[in-house]
Amino acid sequence: MLRIRRFEERCVELYSATKIRGFLHLYIGEEAVAAGVMAALEPADAVVSTYREHGHALARGVPMDAIMAEMYGKATGCSRGRGGSMHLFDRATNFHGGSAIVGGGLPLAVGLALADRMAGRSRVTACFFGDGAVAEGEFHECLNLAALWHLPVLFLCENNLYAMGTRIDRAQANTDLAARAATYGMTAHAVDGMDALEVEKAARRAAAAVRATGSPYFLELRTYRFRAHSMYDPDRYRDKAEIARWQQRDPIDTLARRMISDGELDEPGLAQLNADVEAEVAASVTAAEQAPVEPVDQLTRFVYADNEGLP
Amino acid sequence: MTPATATAQAELTYREAVREAIRDAMRRDERVFLMGEDVGQYGGAFGVSLGLLEEFGADRIRDTPLSESAFVGAGIGAAMGGMRPIVEIMTVNFSLLALDQILNNAATLLHMSGGQFGAPLVIRMTTGGGRQLAAQHSHSLEGWYAHIPGLRILSPATVADARGMLWPALRCPDPVLIFEHGSLYNATGSPAGHDSADITTAAIRRTGSDVTIVAYGGTLGTALTAADRLAEQSISADVIDLRVLRPLDDATIMESVRRTHRAVVVDEGWRSGSLSAEIAARITEQAFYDLDAPVGRVCSAEVPMPYAAHLEQAALPQPGAVVDAVRAVVA
Ligand SMILES: Cc1ncc(C[n+]2csc(CCOP(=O)(O)OP(=O)(O)O)c2C)c(N)n1
Ligand SMILES: [Mg+2]
Repeated sequence: MLRIRRFEERCVELYSATKIRGFLHLYIGEEAVAAGVMAALEPADAVVSTYREHGHALARGVPMDAIMAEMYGKATGCSRGRGGSMHLFDRATNFHGGSAIVGGGLPLAVGLALADRMAGRSRVTACFFGDGAVAEGEFHECLNLAALWHLPVLFLCENNLYAMGTRIDRAQANTDLAARAATYGMTAHAVDGMDALEVEKAARRAAAAVRATGSPYFLELRTYRFRAHSMYDPDRYRDKAEIARWQQRDPIDTLARRMISDGELDEPGLAQLNADVEAEVAASVTAAEQAPVEPVDQLTRFVYADNEGLP
Repeated sequence: MTPATATAQAELTYREAVREAIRDAMRRDERVFLMGEDVGQYGGAFGVSLGLLEEFGADRIRDTPLSESAFVGAGIGAAMGGMRPIVEIMTVNFSLLALDQILNNAATLLHMSGGQFGAPLVIRMTTGGGRQLAAQHSHSLEGWYAHIPGLRILSPATVADARGMLWPALRCPDPVLIFEHGSLYNATGSPAGHDSADITTAAIRRTGSDVTIVAYGGTLGTALTAADRLAEQSISADVIDLRVLRPLDDATIMESVRRTHRAVVVDEGWRSGSLSAEIAARITEQAFYDLDAPVGRVCSAEVPMPYAAHLEQAALPQPGAVVDAVRAVVA
């Protein structure tokens, strides 16, 4: 969680310095979800993510250097500079990307799970999406299909109460998202997404159920983003007091306090963790600064699989 | 002078011009309302509708859930039911989730019903690249929409057109799609009395005699910059702003080509199967014997739009490429 937090704080600075461009959606405040879920997944499992995916990618094990280089649009980035913040991909960790079409990742996840089923592979496809995606038709089509065909998808709805500036009760007639998912015929429940240990416990149980039954499972992770929707968003639609209230439940502080009181961590240990993370972030920035850009003559590469650039 | 006219005469940004056009239409016709994702409390993904919620209320500045197919379809239904909706889709890439409604309903209803039902709505959306938003937020798909009979496709490239095209679009009995290039929102200009512009003709934005450069939307600026550079090389270009992508104003294009005998089309869409292909074909069909050289084209590279700034710029039509294309046909 610290790695995600410090990484993104640095990204904000780099954005202001115009080193990073495009849309930048921060995960700050929601780290417990990524940390808890990824701890419950196996390396062979697949992950399908959104445009708010730095945290997912880091917690999944995509190297920070490769992510930072991608933010810079460099050739060493995890998407070779083509993707940027919203489109992080990494085959080595089965990280199937960052999609920036709301709801667009769900059909992919259903398809990955279908392929696993047909090939006789037993693994979980973890599919992240926001509360906003629940309003899209694709969400409903995909839950139905996954339930109908008994496909091993772990649906992970990050309910941070807002879709851009639209609060959930202004978009959803029934805001109990887990209850709605359950009507499609899968186990579904809500979890405190601000508590990494709670998330991990629930995700382990859910992933085990998907593995055991080969059928879908739905977790609604109740969380909150501390920052605006993106760097373009002046955040006019939220009450400052509401943000402050949620900040008191900062998932990093919560875990650190718990670990200290349990004797698993002490103050010097925490300081050391912080220093290590700062160093990792700093190194990723240095590497990204020095990394080469993709030569322009490579522009048309990766459009077709069997050629290195049709005209 | 009333305060309203005073603002209408002052310089506006493109964004303000669209906002003024919406405000004006809502005041003139109570059947008009705006609907889309985050158009109300958020003020519009690109800030176009900021302040309109306060003025018109949540009934007429209507925030929708994330459901492009549902709310675009609802706009089509509301238009059939006598309203005059303005539906905002955040970007053209997201409009693909509503393509079924736009093609299979909006574009066909009049025909399928033997003229009994139509869908007189306006659908506005952002289009185009140049802002490092990568491959799901940057494409120029207006050429696809221009393929569809039953739709009218507008591409305001100037502040005056941004201000002036909405009202006639709302008065038009057909479904009208308006494409706003994302890089234009901060452009400034004078709407100079344009509370209503024609939505049938192309405009000649610069006159010249050696070559016709055809552009639209985001590429108009590129074409004009190229024309400036060409002028320094004593090549004078007619620059046509298409303004209306469907139905195309062939007459303005052919009149120019018959004077200049050469043409280069600048299109931010991909070259294969593009609007530029259609225009080149029409020039060959209608003005072949007036041509002194094959029609040139400058389009986006045939790649999904990359994120990295230098790659994105290499993918987009640039003034230098237009200059080169013109020199090739003028040579
Ligand atoms: C199909 C589609 N429509 C609209 C958008 C613009 N958009 C980007 S993020 C977003 C909000 C999504 O909210 P949610 O699913 O709750 O995820 P969060 O951003 O809160 O993590 C919107 C409307 C989009 N990217 N894709
Ligand atoms: Mg949300």
